[in-house]
Amino acid sequence: MPRWQPVIGLEIHVQLSTESKIFSGASTAYGAEPNSQACAVDLGLPGVLPVLNARAVALAIRFGLAIGARIATRSVFARKNYFYPDLPKGYQISQYDEPIVSHGTLCLTLPDGQAKVIRILRAHLEEDAGKSVHDLFPGQSGIDLNRAGTPLLEVVTEPDLSSAAEAVQYMRALHTLVRFIGICDGNMQEGSFRCDANVSVKPVDSPVLGTRAEIKNLNSFRFVERAINHEIERQIELLEGGGKVIQETRLYDPDRDETRSMRSKEDAHDYRYFPDPDLLPILITEDEIAVARSALPELPQQRHARYVRDFGLSPEEAEAVSSELPVAEYFEALVDRCGDPRQAANWVTGEVFAALNRGTMPFSEVRVSSERLAGLLARIKDQTVSNSMAKQVFEAMWQGTEEADAIIEARGLKQVTDSGEIEALVDAVIGENPDQVAQYRAGKDKVFGFFVGQVMKRSKGKANPQTVNDLVTAKLKL
Amino acid sequence: MLEEAQVQTLARLARIALEPAELPSLAAQLSRILSLVEAMEAVDTTGVEPLAHPLEPVPRRRPDAVTETDQRAEFGAVAPAMAEGYYLVPRVIE
Repeated sequence: MPRWQPVIGLEIHVQLSTESKIFSGASTAYGAEPNSQACAVDLGLPGVLPVLNARAVALAIRFGLAIGARIATRSVFARKNYFYPDLPKGYQISQYDEPIVSHGTLCLTLPDGQAKVIRILRAHLEEDAGKSVHDLFPGQSGIDLNRAGTPLLEVVTEPDLSSAAEAVQYMRALHTLVRFIGICDGNMQEGSFRCDANVSVKPVDSPVLGTRAEIKNLNSFRFVERAINHEIERQIELLEGGGKVIQETRLYDPDRDETRSMRSKEDAHDYRYFPDPDLLPILITEDEIAVARSALPELPQQRHARYVRDFGLSPEEAEAVSSELPVAEYFEALVDRCGDPRQAANWVTGEVFAALNRGTMPFSEVRVSSERLAGLLARIKDQTVSNSMAKQVFEAMWQGTEEADAIIEARGLKQVTDSGEIEALVDAVIGENPDQVAQYRAGKDKVFGFFVGQVMKRSKGKANPQTVNDLVTAKLKL
Repeated sequence: MLEEAQVQTLARLARIALEPAELPSLAAQLSRILSLVEAMEAVDTTGVEPLAHPLEPVPRRRPDAVTETDQRAEFGAVAPAMAEGYYLVPRVIE
């Protein structure tokens, strides 16, 4: 038996973050009453004409630049013809042989540390279809066309992925990227980021690709991995049993954890594309591309590398502060002010994330600005407050508007570093606890913590822990 | 010359019901359209840019703003069937 090599390509539908649809002025807001956001253009009523949304074009350009792709100065909309009730015109407006974006790449760092470049063949603009509901009306299907006409960017890879895990890693990297550059909200529950997978297997040493099956309906990272693994197993079993894989579309059923053939789409490969006579070509000037390029933020992968290289963060720490733009901007502003990247990363991923999570708030609602937080970190650095005291101060800053200094002053949280003052407390604790002193001197090291704890308690937590440690050690040795 | 099987495929893709008796004449008619295209192909187009759009391409784009209001009631009034805000169609099963 040959050893089998899976060959996988992904097509990901990225819903572009626009207010209105790609060819009409109807709203794209999620969750509205059925058909309340489907206008005459979306319904394909006679006599209407589509007019292209400028922002959809701008977002597609931004994506193309972020993956180092070619932006077509001229691209063309085409009609993809098929019949389905949630497609009122009988065709989907898409792009065919002249897509707006082509030949980009996304680089992955594999678990063994190797870099792998995934080629992105193309990304094209198209409109979404509506939604069919099969379980509300006996014997009938209900059609909601609110989603019809929502702008999508379909991002298609070359068959460069060699395992389900790699496919998921690519999908996550793309998900991070599109959110980072602000072209998509990435909400998978609401269908803003959807994946189809083309899967085939071939003998490891064969240069010829096997016949592929397309799996649709992969709407979570977990499903993608499971569905692809199942499909790989199914094809290997089929081939080893002397069978043949047929080119077909299969639908993943997460409840049964299996893929099954979609026979209704048998004819679907013949879409009879032709240029849409209702829409002129999209013309993009070099100026427009240059403006978009200058507005592009530094990307997550570059930031990640820089944080590890220049700031000495671990890959995990770097990941946590580089994968969302508002977080990365906050983090860098904090580093600029406090001069200590490790400490800044600790506070952002520790106290700041925790406070946001308690209120289930997005990062944009952070209540302590980087400037105010830097004020607090400065007080840790000059030993005015201990780390644990600083957490109390932070909590108070989160609830109010006061600066760290004002809170420390008003609540008397200043750390005691004066060793004379601490020495008096240490002497008192040792004097009052002769039993524990005897135990310690008899070799019971654990009692050490008792003395430190007592001193800290008497200082109401304000004694500098390091000074306390040093003094207790010294005094107990006597 | 188109074969009858090809005409049947086209009819199925276009969701048009054809009687078997109609196939020969339709195949002949459609083939005449193809021969017209063939005749045009004989013209030497060397150096002529392909033209998909006859208009002067002034690329109009509209600003991303919601300009439409909810007209479901009006559209629903001319729909064959509607319930609970949904347009109803004969059951479609995947």
